[in-house]
Amino acid sequence: MPENNIDVQQLIRNMKAGLDQYLQEHNRKNPLFIGIHTGGVWVAQQLHNLYCASLPLGKLNIAFYRDDFSRIGLHPRVTPSSLPFDVSDRHVILIDDVLFTGRTVRAAMNELFDYGRAASICLAVLVDRGGRELPIQADVAGKHLDLEANQHVKLSGPEPLALEITTAE
Amino acid sequence: MTSHSIQLDQHGRLIHFLTTEGLSRQILTSILDYAESFAGVGGRAIKKVPLLRGKTVANLFFESSTRTRTTFELAAKRLSADVLNINIAMSATSKGEALQDTLHTLEAMHCDLFVVRHGNSGAAHFIAGQVADNVRVINAGDGRHAHPTQAMLDMFTIRRHKPDFESLRIAIVGDIAHSRVARSNIHALNTLGVSDIRVIAPKALIPEDVESLGVQVFHDLNEGLRDVDVITMLRLQRERISNAVLPSEEEYFQCYGLTEARLSVASPDAIVMHPGPINRGIEIDSQVADGERSVILQQVSHGIAIRMAVMAMVMGVAPGDGMVGE
Repeated sequence: MPENNIDVQQLIRNMKAGLDQYLQEHNRKNPLFIGIHTGGVWVAQQLHNLYCASLPLGKLNIAFYRDDFSRIGLHPRVTPSSLPFDVSDRHVILIDDVLFTGRTVRAAMNELFDYGRAASICLAVLVDRGGRELPIQADVAGKHLDLEANQHVKLSGPEPLALEITTAE
Repeated sequence: MTSHSIQLDQHGRLIHFLTTEGLSRQILTSILDYAESFAGVGGRAIKKVPLLRGKTVANLFFESSTRTRTTFELAAKRLSADVLNINIAMSATSKGEALQDTLHTLEAMHCDLFVVRHGNSGAAHFIAGQVADNVRVINAGDGRHAHPTQAMLDMFTIRRHKPDFESLRIAIVGDIAHSRVARSNIHALNTLGVSDIRVIAPKALIPEDVESLGVQVFHDLNEGLRDVDVITMLRLQRERISNAVLPSEEEYFQCYGLTEARLSVASPDAIVMHPGPINRGIEIDSQVADGERSVILQQVSHGIAIRMAVMAMVMGVAPGDGMVGE
């Protein structure tokens, strides 16, 4: 069973090391940082700071792109997406807190393409917990966790960032 | 069934949007918050989100309208819905087909949402009571009764400029008696906590019961506009007013037309709104309508975001399902 006492800052450092390697191997310069609301934005903010990126951080809210709208309706609170730059022909690092089914990432990519045609998208996540329902994989993960279906991992933040794993009875 | 309960399901969620009367502050605020999220869609490379993909919206306009119909159409298209515009004056109702038959015909074509504009008060309620469980209705103006999306785009415009509703002084000027906009705005302003709401008009254009809505009545424009933060000018609806009750248009403009000089008694940063279409030189001077205090064109843009928000809210509730998760 995974421990419930995870050092988030260590995971961010793991992500930074993984991204350094990824960007070098793929020869990608000056990438754009885009976080997915809400936890992904917190993680993206820290990476954005570590890279001292010149352009501001982009924030995506995928509420209008979810595939379960007709079942559960609108999310109660929707902070608008904010991409204060042109994504066309740029390399994008898409950042989320937890990668699970892959549906959020699919929605985020659909939304991203409505802003323009990125040159490439790299997916970086704090935690990859398995359980994919779509053919989507992370290029960089701070940690891999092997969780049961009844277990839930949640990032709280933004200051400090903390991961909590709970088990539903 | 009372007028407002038909708008909500058993969990208190909005399923039809027929009037601002009786809706909670929480629902009105949600409409404004969602509209804020949708407002950015118009500025993107691809001005669409896929929320209502595969849904069909029918604009049923029994009364002519340009800006309301086109902004509803644009809102539905920006949500990726398919849109039917049905001009009823030229369709089967003029051949004697009953309203119910028209509705059931459209339902048989699997329309999911009816946007209804009608000259009779209560028409949208009537239609909401007739349609199948999975069909939604939005009122785009019914007689003198209500125009709730106009009211909400006005609230949105006010909140963008002056976010603290409770401290505001707001004047609605002109043809209150024939105005569904005035009625819907007064209900929404009351619910959002505005305590100083004034209506300013000649006696002939003030409905008898208006004070019961929680407004102060003024017959003198200069007196009523003193220190107000927001001024909503209403169109003089000449087609609904007999010549006997009202002086000439020139005289009306002399007494109730908004000019730069009259504006000087209002708060220095007061905004001027008008639901359109404007009668220049009758209720408002061109210098004011086109001036820096005017937010009339912003109202039109905001109308798209508000209509997207309301459509997404009512279409996001499936019949008989549970509460929204998370």
